[in-house]
Amino acid sequence: MRILYFAWVRERTGTAEETVTPPATVTTATALADWLSARSDGHAAAFADRKRLRLAINQDQADFSDPVAANDEIAFFPPMTGG
Amino acid sequence: MPVRIQAEDFDIAAEIAALSAGRDDIGALVTFTGLVRGGETASLTLEHYPGMTEKALSAIEAEALTRWPLKASLIIHRVGTLAPGAQIVLVATASESRHAAFEAASFLMDYLKTDAPFWKREDRSDGASHWLDARETDTASRDRWKKP
Repeated sequence: MRILYFAWVRERTGTAEETVTPPATVTTATALADWLSARSDGHAAAFADRKRLRLAINQDQADFSDPVAANDEIAFFPPMTGG
Repeated sequence: MPVRIQAEDFDIAAEIAALSAGRDDIGALVTFTGLVRGGETASLTLEHYPGMTEKALSAIEAEALTRWPLKASLIIHRVGTLAPGAQIVLVATASESRHAAFEAASFLMDYLKTDAPFWKREDRSDGASHWLDARETDTASRDRWKKP
């Protein structure tokens, strides 16, 4: 599973990208976020307030309740501010 | 209907000329240019999600095409560090008559603000630095286009 972080989420986790193999119990984006939170204090800080986070699964906007699979590209980021 | 993400600046006159070159079916051409505001801002750094950005902008453009009879459109969005006064974004829409072009340009900008994966970090003249929060007014602007 390829995980990407952007903006302040990237700054808190300390990495822009990581490849992970979560346990089979991680079937939703919420479970993935919980599991990633345990990787470091920075990850915990990044995932602390889910209301401030958005995500994409395979480059499409998604919800925390959506399913995730082993080969997915999953990105976590703040609400978008284009223009 | 091109979408371009680039670090380089763009030339509005050249882009308009390219969009309408060799055509006589365009009666209205609207452009919107977004600039970096100054004041407390020393610079703005734009980050994006390569791959998803192009996909999201193309989807927004495709939606505009289903709603208005556009003859041509163009979105250019810059990334990287930009100084006050610098151009950030260009949206151009062309149609037979003005209403479609004006409305489609407004629609594209409203969606681009909230649904294209860009993030802005502001470096302030006092040395502080922070990521700009999304504005509820931008979400409201987008939502006025939602169909019941």
